[in-house]
Amino acid sequence: MGEEETYIVSALVENKPGVLRNISSMFSRRGFNIESISAGLSEQRDLTRITLTIRGDEGTLEQVVKQLDKLIDVIKVRILDPARTVARELALIKVMTPDAGARSDVINYTEIFKGHIVDVAHESLIVEITGDSDKINAFIELMSSFGIREIARTGITALPRGMKSVRIE
Amino acid sequence: MRTLQGLRERGEEIRMVRMTGARALLETLRRQRVDAIFGIPGGAMIPVYDALYDMEIRHVLMRHEQCAAHAADGYARASGRVGVCMATSGPGATNLVTGIANAYMDSSPVVAFTGQVPKAYIGKDSFQETDIIGITTPITKCNFQVRSASEIPQTVKKAFYIASSGRPGPVLIDLPKDTQIESAEMDFDDDIELRGYRLNYEPHSLQVERAVGLLTQAERPVIVAGGGVIASNASSELVALAELLLAPVATTLMGKGCIPENHPLSLGLLGMHGTIASNTLVPEADVLLAVGVRFSDRTTGDVEGFCPEAQIIHIDIDPSEIGKNVKPHVPIVADAKRALRALYERLNQRLRSRERSLWLSRVQELKREHEEMMRSEGGLKPPSLLAELRKLLPEDAIVTTEVGQNQMWAALYLKAYKPRTFISSGGLGTMGFGFPAAIGAKVACPDVPVVDIAGDGSFLMTEQDLASSVTGGIPVIVVVLNNSMLGMVAQWQRLFYNRRYSQVDLRRTPDFVKLAEAFGAQGFRVGSLEEFLRAVKEAMKSEVTTVIDVPISPEEDVFPMVPPGGKIRDIIRGEGRG
Repeated sequence: MGEEETYIVSALVENKPGVLRNISSMFSRRGFNIESISAGLSEQRDLTRITLTIRGDEGTLEQVVKQLDKLIDVIKVRILDPARTVARELALIKVMTPDAGARSDVINYTEIFKGHIVDVAHESLIVEITGDSDKINAFIELMSSFGIREIARTGITALPRGMKSVRIE
Repeated sequence: MRTLQGLRERGEEIRMVRMTGARALLETLRRQRVDAIFGIPGGAMIPVYDALYDMEIRHVLMRHEQCAAHAADGYARASGRVGVCMATSGPGATNLVTGIANAYMDSSPVVAFTGQVPKAYIGKDSFQETDIIGITTPITKCNFQVRSASEIPQTVKKAFYIASSGRPGPVLIDLPKDTQIESAEMDFDDDIELRGYRLNYEPHSLQVERAVGLLTQAERPVIVAGGGVIASNASSELVALAELLLAPVATTLMGKGCIPENHPLSLGLLGMHGTIASNTLVPEADVLLAVGVRFSDRTTGDVEGFCPEAQIIHIDIDPSEIGKNVKPHVPIVADAKRALRALYERLNQRLRSRERSLWLSRVQELKREHEEMMRSEGGLKPPSLLAELRKLLPEDAIVTTEVGQNQMWAALYLKAYKPRTFISSGGLGTMGFGFPAAIGAKVACPDVPVVDIAGDGSFLMTEQDLASSVTGGIPVIVVVLNNSMLGMVAQWQRLFYNRRYSQVDLRRTPDFVKLAEAFGAQGFRVGSLEEFLRAVKEAMKSEVTTVIDVPISPEEDVFPMVPPGGKIRDIIRGEGRG
């Protein structure tokens, strides 16, 4: 067994029902450990782009890519080089703000992290924050002292920098 | 949108025809040259069976859907063509599941059709509704649910192409009842498009060159050949390369028959019940050429002890097999036939002298021990019994097996001389496979004898299809090696569990002769080798299926054997053989 690392894989798949099920079924059957999976439309209407983050050694990564590629609805699979990739995640965090002090502290931190307050209620705020996973983890850590009620994270989505692309020509 | 009227006006050939989905399904099967369907009708499939009433395609009415899938699998393995099975929705579909999983594990080209409740009823837990697409996703190469009748010709063509190309495997098409009933303009000639399905048949020349380099230097080369050699019809290429290299060939269970087992370079089965020659020589190899194998745990045993000194060349058409279980030094993703041919051509130019006399005399010496085990010891002992049976059968006779001791005895002691003549459930290890597979093989190859080597436990799992073999006019021979035990489990309990025989005694039930006769088949019970051989001769002349009950000792073990998880060279030879 080699050393475990986190890898980002980008895949273009057919935009039709059942494709995500096929992919997640394959992962559970093969015992692969997927940290996050995000899916959405791509530049082509009939293609969905899926971004996966995977924890494992190089052998596992190789198998993940080969097994993905083997699925007939998967059109293209590439491993993204972390040094040349923009990887972002969006999180919504509902923070408890029982008093004015807590409220202004949360607002200040949100500004420092270039987040947005997207919902204001009597005793809570929802903060929207994007960035790499480290930044989001750091922000969540800060917020935990106020009391976090709910968190929703999208999982990593990513594109390679510059003209290098994962697309169908 | 093309219309029939428009085409006629422009004088174009009319290729769009209006018909029901059910009719279009059968018409597409006819165009795929399907000559047999194994199935059972049911509520959600009645429109297809109604259309079948008017068609010339042969349908074999099975008595359990699992047998329909196994028969299609057996048909596919015997013929190399796609096997077709059919079942209704719900329980019909779920009964196919074992058969589909079996075909998937052994890379067998099967297309399965299931009825489904009408689209408007899907998701409502309707009568006989089941999510067969969800259920079969992990055990099919791919599956489709038809959404409208007009999709049927294209979908069926895709299914046949996917099932039979690259690494073969099963494909399932789920047909909601309304798509069978509705009519549409059908286009049977449109090309199919599968942009996510890419095949690589040609070997990479650089990797071939590296493999040639290793093989030219090899002093103790061994070839390990698997089901991929048979799937790609590469037996003659394999034998030619083995002879050129003077390399002995060990086969996996799935590869049995890809080299004639009376060939001097054939070592026989490798792995948990491998021959002494295979299990000794593979670990000694300096270069191992593995072709069309997936290095299953039953073949390698403890991977560390499999071929510790060898440089490994691995040829497989499925890239995901390369490095999955064993990391090769030279990976070749290609069709076995083309890769073997490429290796042969380059080696033929480069190989000068091959000094192999020591290696080859070791091969012959190790093979001798195996031959001795097959010599008759008197009484009904499976090794000698199967060796004698082989002498009665023509070279191209097809042998299927059940799973367990019967299977390993057959794999070890009943030699196969041709590819596609030994059909066994390798990956899934499905008891009950051999008999329906024999029915399928007999439909594919009606002119050769088809023999199922069975155990009493296995045969009872699918014996109801004696009815389909008798009423369908498909005579096969079932040899029940009857130890009145779930024999392989009993063997493990004897060897590794201190003879604590838990739930393996079958208590001499049923009476297989009476059972056969109840179905209108022929039944014999034999008490000696002579009686056995007489019964086989009788069965080969018979126009109905014959069941031969062969009582053997419940204490009989299959040897050689490697303890589970052990290294393949750590062979248990059995009593008196140390």
